[in-house]
Amino acid sequence: MAGSTPASPTAEVPLAAAAPLIAAAAAPRKTLGGEAWRRFRRHRLAVASALVLALMTFAVLFGSLIWPVPINAIDFAAHLQGPSLAHPLGTDDLGQDLLARMLYGGRISLAVGFASMVIAVLVGTLVGAVAGSSRSATDTGLVWLIDLFLSLPQLPLLLLLIYLFRASLRKLAGLEIGTFILIVVVIGGFRWMSVARLVRAEFLSLREKEFVEAARALGAPQWRLVMHHILPNAFGPVIVAATIEVANAIIAESTLSFLGLGFPPDVPSWGRILYDAQDYLDIAPHWALFAGGAIFLTVMAINYVGDGLRDALDPRRVL
Amino acid sequence: MFNYLVRRLFIALPSLLGISLILFTVLALAPGDPFSELANDPSIPPAVAAALRHKFGLDDPIYLRYFHWLVAMLHGDWGYSFASRVDVSTLILQRLPTTLYVLGASQILALCVALPVGVYAGVRPYSLGDQIASTLALIGFSIPTFFTGLVLILIFSIWLDWLPFVYRTDISATGFAWYWAYIKEAIMPVAVLGLFQGAVWTRFVRASVLDVVRLDYVTTARAKGLAEHTVVLKHITRNAMIPVVTLVALSMPIVFGGAVVTEQIFRVPGIGSLLISAILNNDTPVIMGVTFIFSCLVIVFNLIADLLYGWLDPRISYR
Repeated sequence: MAGSTPASPTAEVPLAAAAPLIAAAAAPRKTLGGEAWRRFRRHRLAVASALVLALMTFAVLFGSLIWPVPINAIDFAAHLQGPSLAHPLGTDDLGQDLLARMLYGGRISLAVGFASMVIAVLVGTLVGAVAGSSRSATDTGLVWLIDLFLSLPQLPLLLLLIYLFRASLRKLAGLEIGTFILIVVVIGGFRWMSVARLVRAEFLSLREKEFVEAARALGAPQWRLVMHHILPNAFGPVIVAATIEVANAIIAESTLSFLGLGFPPDVPSWGRILYDAQDYLDIAPHWALFAGGAIFLTVMAINYVGDGLRDALDPRRVL
Repeated sequence: MFNYLVRRLFIALPSLLGISLILFTVLALAPGDPFSELANDPSIPPAVAAALRHKFGLDDPIYLRYFHWLVAMLHGDWGYSFASRVDVSTLILQRLPTTLYVLGASQILALCVALPVGVYAGVRPYSLGDQIASTLALIGFSIPTFFTGLVLILIFSIWLDWLPFVYRTDISATGFAWYWAYIKEAIMPVAVLGLFQGAVWTRFVRASVLDVVRLDYVTTARAKGLAEHTVVLKHITRNAMIPVVTLVALSMPIVFGGAVVTEQIFRVPGIGSLLISAILNNDTPVIMGVTFIFSCLVIVFNLIADLLYGWLDPRISYR
């Protein structure tokens, strides 16, 4: 019983209510993904959050086509205005349209979140898989490395790295791309530990299972055992962790930009907008509230989706 | 007990060495060195610059430089701040009490929120109270600390004008008024940090109570006719705390990150804001010192967690 409690109530549906659903789902074939999707749909807040996220992604990708206002059109006559028809989210201190800037900034924030997650998951899976499939000193050493990284003070080190390498990367790859690469690599490089621990734990239990033994008995080499038998089965918790990592990376990027050490002023990521807005909190609160609200909404939606996925992908749950 | 502590310290030592190695590597890999400005200065002949480099050991092999640096750090010789012309150790010692005061108060607040709410929600899973608590906790840890800070400033300083939003150490009042002003200016930073951590820990506590609450020994305790509060406090909570202690210790690096942000928002003169100003001023010795202090604090908290762990779980003996 212990440990099998779902993270949310909606995953546990009374039998009577579930009966028609089960009847409807009693199709001849049930795929693993289909099962997970069926469970995920039960978590209403997660579905709503997924919709919100899809909408936001669509808005930041194609919003500039629907709202073709340049992000740097300065108009001093209309500076620090609240929301109006001409500027739905108001304007900043230079009279730049906030909706356009928010749409552009969202693209950066989401891209940083997603790219950092990919790096964190790749590194984490690699380290976790190597640690989990070796029985020698390699495992001990990698576990020590994971623990070491977990006890590093992340934000100070992030700031330190960005301060040290900012100038040279910008020279190398251009202002915007250079900063993007640096931020993504540094955030991803400090957040792979939870994935690595998860993958290692999964590997430790999976490699003793009968199906792995059967594959080994059939003569499968080590790489095939890992790639085809163990890794796919270890991916459930990793997907959940990856979702949460996107949210964490978005917060990390906003924090860096908010401290003035992220993207340069002419690249309005959400954190950067908030950094600029904090000095005008008393006369133009809408400026800070929209930017902060966007970060908050995105992060909360991702966390809810993570909760829903946790229930949907947990194979111990039988619905 | 004492032996246990010593043994834990010996385990912590390699971590500290590892952290110092990472810090040093980062600095050594970074482009540019402290003498790059000398090289660009036409009034200093190249021979003098080279002699200076040699004198300060910049041409030594890297392992020797690391060794020298480590010995100097252990002797308390942390260098000399470029910006404020004071010893780094003096500067940090001046700032550290404020940080510890704000951090400590916020962590106490977080525990005061997380323990009762988390236990309440975990004991009555899926009740209305649990759903409200879980939703609030998820919202609480989805709002980044810098946004909460700005919103609190907007509400309590700008709209209501109840609390000051700049943390001052030179309060002119005396006696009771001094204490009141001192407490009043700390309310918002402590609340921002404490409520965020409280939300994170509420989720830990709830999940961990949920795992314990259905175990057989809890049913036995109830069947014996023990009072409900005895069951909850002595049987459930104490056992549920064991994983929570680990998670709390693991989240310490994030707490320090939050402290940096909070100090920056409220202009708290602690080591977090010292770090930011040092980074903006290119004040390398201070950056290194503060990052190292943060690392040491993380390790100290891990040690405390180990001790608590032994107290909570008698199976881990102090041998």
